[in-house]
Formats: sequence, C-alpha cells, structure tokens
Amino acid sequence: MDPTAWRADFPALDQEVHGRRLVYLDNGSTTLKPRSVIDAVVQAMARDCGNVHRGVHALSEAATAAFDAARQEVADFIAAPPDEIVFTSGTTSSINLVAQAWGRASLRPGDAVVATALEHHSNLVPWQLACAERGADLRIAPVDERGRVDVAALAALLDERVRMVAVSHVSNVAGTVAPVAEIARLAHAAGALLLVDGAQAVAHLPVDVGALGCDFYAFSGHKLFGPTGVGVLWGRARLLDAMPPWQGGGEMVASVELTGARFREPPHRFEAGTPNIAGVIGLGAAVRHLRRLDRAAVAAHESALHARMLAALADIDGLRLVGRPELALAAFDLRGVPPHDLATILDRDGIAIRSGHHCAEPLHRRFGLTASARASLAFYNTAEEIDLLAASIARAREVFR
Amino acid sequence: MNDSVRQLYQAIIIDHGQSPRHHGALPGATHEATVDNPLCGDQVTLRLVVEGDRIRAAGFEGQGCTLSQAAASLLATRLTGAAIDDARALVDRFTAFVREPAGAPVPEELGDLGAFAGVREFKSRQPCATLVALAFTRATGGRG
Repeated sequence: MDPTAWRADFPALDQEVHGRRLVYLDNGSTTLKPRSVIDAVVQAMARDCGNVHRGVHALSEAATAAFDAARQEVADFIAAPPDEIVFTSGTTSSINLVAQAWGRASLRPGDAVVATALEHHSNLVPWQLACAERGADLRIAPVDERGRVDVAALAALLDERVRMVAVSHVSNVAGTVAPVAEIARLAHAAGALLLVDGAQAVAHLPVDVGALGCDFYAFSGHKLFGPTGVGVLWGRARLLDAMPPWQGGGEMVASVELTGARFREPPHRFEAGTPNIAGVIGLGAAVRHLRRLDRAAVAAHESALHARMLAALADIDGLRLVGRPELALAAFDLRGVPPHDLATILDRDGIAIRSGHHCAEPLHRRFGLTASARASLAFYNTAEEIDLLAASIARAREVFR
Repeated sequence: MNDSVRQLYQAIIIDHGQSPRHHGALPGATHEATVDNPLCGDQVTLRLVVEGDRIRAAGFEGQGCTLSQAAASLLATRLTGAAIDDARALVDRFTAFVREPAGAPVPEELGDLGAFAGVREFKSRQPCATLVALAFTRATGGRG
C-alpha cells in the first residue's frame, strides 16, 4: 500500500527538521492535521465566527449549524446518537467529568472503583481523587508480561461493592488491545459500569460503542487528526440523564433564579460556557476526513507497517519491547542508551519519537523501567520511514559504545 | 552522525553517564535534596557532608538520562573538598553557562563540566544537565 495520496493531505509532513526530511513517529502523543481540518478551523474563525445556540443572526446560525453537524459526525463515527455526545476539552476532562459528576451521585463510602495497572495517568488520577473524596476504594487489576490486562484477576476484584470499572481500549505504552466487550459483561454482571479510555484506539480501530458494551467512552480530538483542546465523552443516555452537572454556567441551564437553577438535558447539561467552537468543528472535519478514506486499506497499511516496525526492532541487539504490542506503536528499552538520549539523537536525524514514561509511570514500574522510547504510527507513515528509524537507532548505539 | 550530537555526547559525558562516580549512599550526610524532572522521569538525590565551610564529601543517587546522571557525577566530583562558597559560585556559573548561546566561550573555571558546552544547542535537554545543580541549591538552603 502506498500512502502517498493520503500524505498529500497533511501539510506538516512536507517539512525538514535539522536539515532532514521529517519522519513523524510520535502519533501516540498527537497526530498531524489534514488540510480539511485546518480549513474548517480557519473558516470557523475567519468567517462563521458567531457564538453557538445563542444568536438569531447569520454568523451565529452558521456556527451553530457547523457545530451541530460536527456532533452528528462524531456520533456517527462511534455509532451513537448525537445527544449522547458531550464535547469536552479532551480525554482527561471527559474522564474527570465522569469521576466527579457520576462519582458525586453514585460513589458512597465503602464502594469501590477498579482500574488497571496499564492506565494512563488520566484514567487513574481522576479515580484516585474521586475515591479519596467519596471514601471509596480504588482497586487495581494487574497486567501480564505481554502488557495485557489480566482479565481473570480483574474479574476476581469484582464484587457487589464495585460501582465502576475503568480501562484503556488500547494501552499507550504496551500497544495492547483490551477485550472491552468481555470486561463489559463482567462489570455488568457485578452490577458495575464500564468506562473506556479510547484515546489511543480511535485513530486505529473502528469503534462501535453499542457493540463494545461499555457505558462511557472517552477520547481526544488531537490524537484523531483534529485540533487540541477538544474531546468527547460518550455516555449512555439514561446514565447521563441521572448525572448531576459537573461545572455550572451558561448554556447548561434551562432556567435560573438567583438562588437556584434547573438544568438542561444532556449533552448540554455537561457543556457549561461557550464551547471550543472551532475545535469542535475541526474535530468534525477530522472525523469526516477519516470516514471518507478507504478504512480497510488504511487498516491493512497500518497493520503491515506495525509488523515491519516490530521486525526491524527485533533485529536490534539489546532492544527489549515493553509488552507485546498488537497495533499502532512500540515502546522499548535499548540497553546502554537511555530513552531521552535516544530521542535526542533521532531528532537530529529528523525522526520524532517520544521518550519518558508517557504518563504511565505504574506500567513502567511493572516492567522494571522508569522510562522508555516509543515510536507510534499513523496511516500516513511509510515503510521507508520504519527503515530510517531502525537505521537511526543503530547509529545511536554507536555513540554509546 | 550529526555534529551537534557528537558535541553533545562527548566521551567524558558518556563515561560519567555509564560509570558514575560518587554514586550511592553517603553515610553522615548533613545536607540532602531530591529533584525530579517530571517530563522525562529523571531523578537526582544529592547528598553532602558539610563541616564548617567546607564540603567533605558529596554523593548522589538517581536515575535517568545520560546528561542528568553525568552532570551529577561530574559535579559531585568537583564538590568533594570544595569550600561551600566556591561550590555555590561553581553551580551558579554552570547553570548560567548551560543556557548561554551555543558557541560562546567555555569558562575555564568549569573544568570538566565545560564538556556540557554542546547542550547549549539542545534547549529541551538543558533541564537534564542542570537537575543536579537544582538539587545542590535546594540541599544548601536556596529556593532553586
């Protein structure tokens, strides 16, 4: 598969860094943006610059139409009705919204929340805070040698005290895919809900929230070829309906008296204040861009690239993968070359990778590491770029001999 | 290999990164501070044995990249036996030096720490090089 036509849509790919052609392999941190997203954001700022759901004038109507169309686009993307799509500032705020608003209404002293040892800090710390506030326990399901959630051990943690299970769809370090449907069945059988952090999944896997069987699904725009500062919380209508507001303000109220207010139906109840209008419209454009691609061809290309990357890394002496990545990325430790130094050396070859703990300190500790290097793919990457990565890693090793 | 990379990873830095000196526990330490770089997970704990106005011994423990660990090793070497006022001046000079424009002259008083000249071209890595300097400032009562 030749991604040349796909690449042409991404202006950021067409640049040099440190005199080398950019090889962008940090898509797990943030993805590049196609021209259609940039144009949509520019139009929202340059022309349709009204506020949404407020004015009767032309600019407000144009902005409102584009905003509502984006909600529909995102809803279709994950096979959900639009009134179950809450726009937030990103995955982190989506999860905090549930931990705070749902937690306030539903977590009682002595209750428990179950998370896993591979979670990104954004699906761990909000639960630590909510549990501490509510007097609930946070239980952690372990991760196996391959970097997968130990589902049997997770099941053993489920009892009548557990109200919520929180798992990542795709691990941002191990690159493993959680068996979400199976975990949903287990959680529901125990009377608990399931929240899925889909930040690393949506750019790589088709997501049908009904088929997954979860209750909440959170993701970010900027890891999905959209703008930063915008994200999505999907929640089942009856659950969103039962939740109190998270933040108060304009837009989320039906009627306000000086000492009290009635709140609107979801999703508006959870969207206080003027939203990130251009961001939402840009996210809508990103989803439209993806949905217009040949998704089967994209998936086949990504899968071939990932296999090539794993094979190339396996050939490097002293390189140890973190877990056994199943898609999209590979995090690794290279003996004798600290990840930060490796990333600096690769950068000078024009190659962008991530180094550090990738906001997953506990998972690194699980594998006896404090940090790793991570190369993460998007559909616009090429086989040649994988070869450049491998060659650059080999040269970096020479520096440290 | 890129010239800037060669400048950054000079032999002495690689050597001290891979075989750090003054590494490990320091019995009888009178001063201690731990600093983290949460962005990359680097961590340095610097310990000093101060008697009167002199540093009798210096040691560090930590983990992280070559730059943070090599800087800790090289600085602990220099601190050992130094007068506390001289040590403060050296640490301040080193911290300022790392942020100077690339190509500026390397002050002689830095000694082996002058090997960090290359990091002046790598802005995102300067906090790695100065992590131990921050630990020194905190350990000796500065705000850092």
